[in-house]
Amino acid sequence: MKQYRLHMLVCAGTACESQESKEIIKNLEETLKEKGYEKEVQIVKTGCFGFCEKGPIIKIHPDHVFYVEVKPEDVNEIVEEHVIKGRVVERLLYEEPALEQKITQQEKMSFYKKQLRLALRNCGFINPENIKEYIAEDGYLALGRAVKEMTPEAVIEVIKASGLRGRGGGGFPTGRKWELTHGNKNDLKFIICNADEGDPGAFMDRSILEGDPHSILEAMAIAGYAIGAEKGYIYIRAEYPLAIQRLNIAIEQAREYGLLGERIFDSDFNFDIELKYGAGAFVCGEETALLNSIEGGRGEPNAKPPFPAESGLWDKPTCVNNVETLANIPQILLKGSEWFSRIGTKDSKGTKVFALAGKVNNVGLVEVPMGITLREIIFDIGGGIRDNKKFKAVQTGGPSGGCIPEAYLDTHVDYQTLQEVGSIMGSGGMIVMDEDDCMVNITKFYLEFAEDESCGKCTPCRIGNKRLHEILIRITNGKGTREDLHNLKSLGEIIKDSSLCGLGQSSPNPILSTLEYFEDEYKAHVMDKTCPAGVCAMGKKKAKATT
Amino acid sequence: MSSIKSLEELQKIREEVQQGMDLRKSEDEKHIKIMVGMATCGIAAGARDTFNTLLEEIDKRKMKNVYLVQVGCMGYCHDEPIVQVNAPGASPVLYGHINQEKAIEIIGKHIEKGELLQDLIISKSFDRV
Repeated sequence: MKQYRLHMLVCAGTACESQESKEIIKNLEETLKEKGYEKEVQIVKTGCFGFCEKGPIIKIHPDHVFYVEVKPEDVNEIVEEHVIKGRVVERLLYEEPALEQKITQQEKMSFYKKQLRLALRNCGFINPENIKEYIAEDGYLALGRAVKEMTPEAVIEVIKASGLRGRGGGGFPTGRKWELTHGNKNDLKFIICNADEGDPGAFMDRSILEGDPHSILEAMAIAGYAIGAEKGYIYIRAEYPLAIQRLNIAIEQAREYGLLGERIFDSDFNFDIELKYGAGAFVCGEETALLNSIEGGRGEPNAKPPFPAESGLWDKPTCVNNVETLANIPQILLKGSEWFSRIGTKDSKGTKVFALAGKVNNVGLVEVPMGITLREIIFDIGGGIRDNKKFKAVQTGGPSGGCIPEAYLDTHVDYQTLQEVGSIMGSGGMIVMDEDDCMVNITKFYLEFAEDESCGKCTPCRIGNKRLHEILIRITNGKGTREDLHNLKSLGEIIKDSSLCGLGQSSPNPILSTLEYFEDEYKAHVMDKTCPAGVCAMGKKKAKATT
Repeated sequence: MSSIKSLEELQKIREEVQQGMDLRKSEDEKHIKIMVGMATCGIAAGARDTFNTLLEEIDKRKMKNVYLVQVGCMGYCHDEPIVQVNAPGASPVLYGHINQEKAIEIIGKHIEKGELLQDLIISKSFDRV
């Protein structure tokens, strides 16, 4: 086999594809051919590098050169200069904002320095449409070993000992969930991958599916073996066409290689996977609503218990795991539970992927070890606040989470501590706000989302969130009263206590956390009829207006 | 494609493909880096043939700790094609007039056995900027 001397990795995630990365690849192929270099340079279409802010990205090996914001018309120069003459195209390098200095290598960028990429390990490194590249990176080895050399109980034991917890938001111990489903005897069981990612601003699951689909298939097969299921479903939003396309390719390849289907690795274990498309309702991420949706019913939650582990899809024992949770599984089996449990904090093991968005310099997908501080994520990895503005708050956990003020920036990120400061880990949305953001207005946005996405089955959520939203509209229009403030709090608490599912139980979180940390802003809106940030209908604070 | 039925079959595919992907993992701290000057003068003097020969040799000998990079003008136009060898922990060595035959020699002696090719060295030690 003739070796290529240069690999050009071009990001083909959704964000970069929307910025013409397809045209870039096409131009590269044509230009290299034209100049007679097509046999020396391999173009690799990869998943997301995470640095979406500066996409499309081309990474060149072995030089380790990292080009950002590449346009189709830059291709000729890259080929002429880099491929033919060996000269780096300076103008396409990333410039570190704090240093005002161009940086050639990805490893030297502060965005990547503090990251630890486990779930995203293959994203931006392999071609997701080529099963062989996944196999080269130890793909399907964990499945092979599990099926050939381990009992289901032993597999569950490894996952339990690793301390892995669900990355969808709840943080339930994954090994325990497998054990519970394993323990419920039935002739038919199911493993489901929850790819219904609905938090505004979150895209970590989509990126994993687009960049490394085989890791999810492999993990599902391992889970199937462990719990005793022969059938898996991936419940994915229909609005993720690229992820769906890559999953379909991956499933087909895995079947061709006999890694899905009957008698996997010549054992008695049969396993296959099917995609189920969701219409993109936030509540369908809740596992009982998700199951109803797969069964063809309305995506409405049921009261728990019974938990899906006892009676799930078509009343059979079912295990529902989030995409990011599954992405960790093959590696834990290969490297061992001890390796995994050394990463992170006492009760939160491993890494977490965050979709960093809002007013930070480096918007993108970051994977960090648990226990890192919010300040490190926002200022070191995120490169600080845009336009040298002042940091105000960070919203974690999406619509179910809360806003964390500056005083808690040194909070270590794990399941427990985020809850202690009134927010949650959630699925990993992280939205940064600066001095120009009005906290009341932001809260109104989340409540509008909760109101829209409520399935309407239970009264507190259906009517309660509507009332909360109305009060917030009133306050931001300058018509709020002291009583409104009181009602926001008490109604919020009632909805939290009395809703049927996680959506309702968490929907008042943005209100409760901002009322606690930014009460002054609410008071300014209600008492002084002003918006300190100058966002809401009544304009800027009087004091500011007079100066 | 027939199905993979054993860990050995999986391992075989893994090894086949892995070699082609090693390029994406090379690091300066752990690997020997061979640089070939391929500015206009270098290419005119035959650096592309030198480069491809080096690549073939590395591939043929299944060397995992070596990677090859083409660079621009290295300043010694009269000695083209130029090849520089950077081994971890050692000073860079610069060779001049490296044709295909000498390229094979560099791989066989310097890279494989650690013996410098004294006759071909332009400069043995210099500070990299």
